[in-house]
Amino acid sequence: MIYNEPNPLETKILTKRFGLANSAAIDTYLANDGYQAFLKASKMTPTQIIDEVKASALRGRGGAGFPTGMKWSFVPRTSPKPKYIIVNADESEPGTCKDRLLMENDPHSLIEGMLIGAFAVDSHKGYIYIRGEYRYQIDCMDRAIAEAYARGYLGKNIQGTGFDFDIYTHSGAGAYECGEETALLDSIEGKRGIPRLKPPFPAVSGAWQSPTLLNNVETFCAVPPIIRDGGAAFAALGTPKNGGTRLLCLSGHVNKPGVYEIPLGYNMLKCIDEFGGGMRGGKKLKAVVPGGSSCPLLKADECDIAMDYDTLAKAKSMLGSGGMVVLDEDTCMVKFALRIMRFYAHESCGWCIPCREGTTWLRKLLQRFHDGGGLKSDIPLIGELSQNMLGRTFCALGDAAAMPTISIVEKFRDEFEAHLDGKPCPYEHAGKFAMA
Amino acid sequence: MTFSPELEVKFSKMLECYPAGRTRSAVVPMLIFAQDEVGHISRELVEEVAKRCKVTPLQVDEVVGYYSMLHTRPMGKFHVQVCTNISCLILGAEDLYEQAKEKLGIGNKEVTADGIFSLEEVECMGACSWAPAVQVNYDFHHNVTPEKFDRLLTELRKAN
Ligand SMILES: Cc1cc2nc3c(=O)[nH]c(=O)nc-3n(C[C@H](O)[C@H](O)[C@H](O)COP(=O)(O)O)c2cc1C
Ligand code: SF4
Ligand code: FES
Repeated sequence: MIYNEPNPLETKILTKRFGLANSAAIDTYLANDGYQAFLKASKMTPTQIIDEVKASALRGRGGAGFPTGMKWSFVPRTSPKPKYIIVNADESEPGTCKDRLLMENDPHSLIEGMLIGAFAVDSHKGYIYIRGEYRYQIDCMDRAIAEAYARGYLGKNIQGTGFDFDIYTHSGAGAYECGEETALLDSIEGKRGIPRLKPPFPAVSGAWQSPTLLNNVETFCAVPPIIRDGGAAFAALGTPKNGGTRLLCLSGHVNKPGVYEIPLGYNMLKCIDEFGGGMRGGKKLKAVVPGGSSCPLLKADECDIAMDYDTLAKAKSMLGSGGMVVLDEDTCMVKFALRIMRFYAHESCGWCIPCREGTTWLRKLLQRFHDGGGLKSDIPLIGELSQNMLGRTFCALGDAAAMPTISIVEKFRDEFEAHLDGKPCPYEHAGKFAMA
Repeated sequence: MTFSPELEVKFSKMLECYPAGRTRSAVVPMLIFAQDEVGHISRELVEEVAKRCKVTPLQVDEVVGYYSMLHTRPMGKFHVQVCTNISCLILGAEDLYEQAKEKLGIGNKEVTADGIFSLEEVECMGACSWAPAVQVNYDFHHNVTPEKFDRLLTELRKAN
């Protein structure tokens, strides 16, 4: 299913089959380039495949943006242990809603991407870890997997290549932390999702202590077009070192929120105008969350910027998971910071103290602040506490909580001041503020 | 304890899909699929899953306590989940949540006396571009307005 109208300005590479009748069916896939890339890859050497992925400048779409080809080259192909392919379909970063569309509309592209990865690293088993709330998407993948077996694109001696590969779906049960790759590995082993000490990285020792190639859904879905049309063609769509297109999840105060496929490097303001149809109700832009709730926010005057990993990093933010949330002038930034912190405090796995205590303390501080009980000294304290979490936690969830908070305190200090001295939230109707 | 024939087939396949000797890997998916059929994670279910996955009941309990979708007491027939995370928040999700509390007469993670509804304020459910979003059991409802929400709850009550 698609939930918003496509836009003619999109560059449709990963989403080109969206909207076709029965787009998820294997026949539709086969009639539209499906499984051609795997057949091509099966005649290439593993090094050639990985070099092609490197040439594409594809970077992980799960959030961290690590170069995919390089990650693939870390898997020791000749390891005597079995190797596993794992897809991260936990999709829980607030603002992000793209992986589900790929699984609903084009599940075979994910299967084909996994197959190519498996062929490159010599793996024979793959698992798709899908968040528990996505039962419909689990069913979509199970149906597609069954079709692929029935048509000889999974199982033994796939299409006469002599290559064997099995895929299974694995349901999560509600835990954001299980999106962190090593927590995901513990979860798939039947434990609480607590992250592991790195190194060793999953590529060397991952699921069941075996080498594991772990990527996001969208990352795997980008691989078939890369192999089919060449890495260079994919790379050319984006900016240097930021290859290809990505699915932008546009939400918030725009006229046409939706998921749109854009080349990396697209201008952020143009995204709001051309895809979002401008600001809702003609309001003024206040800020943008560029790529999911863990990214530092950009103020309106910082939004004339190219959306690729390196440019956003230079602006001290991140491209993240593609969840772009647009905030208009009537948004209370204190409340926004509070909601973000409530999320991270709830989802902290509790393993390390700076995150467990830090997020809870910050949540309480921000709640009190928004309720009108804030002190002037709380403002630097919120920033300081967050700063002290940064880089001192066991996994990146602590950073994910700290980074947006630091940016909000720095960039919207005046809004914190406007809440001082018991004053009601300036952005809410009088009676409602006590609830906060 | 036995499950429906379909679920039994699913579980026997599930136990075979992980590497040899790694049946513990089936604990989380088995719990959630079993919960859908049984209603909640009962003591009996914990012990059954432990037996099937060859782990101790304590190892299952650890997992049950960690994952937010696993409930140790029965929820309503319709589990209404309102996302109030950022994309939904800024488009009115808190009002929807208040509306649900009022209309159903229950609070977070509570069940109506007749057992038909339960309510939960949840984190981002991956529907941000179609916010505000509500999930009832596994069904997504997108671009929810107060009117749509009111109609949905009325229809569900009737459907019961
Ligand atoms: C707290 C936390 C949550 C994460 N959640 C997700 C997620 O839901 N989906 C995802 O693909 N990656 C998520 N990641 C990133 C993964 O750890 C990992 O970097 C990614 O799945 C690797 O795949 P990629 O290289 O294709 O992006 C999360 C990371 C952290 C620290
Ligand atoms: S940073 Fe938070 S989520 Fe990560 S290990 Fe520490 S407590 Fe757990
Ligand atoms: S923020 Fe509500 S669905 Fe993502």
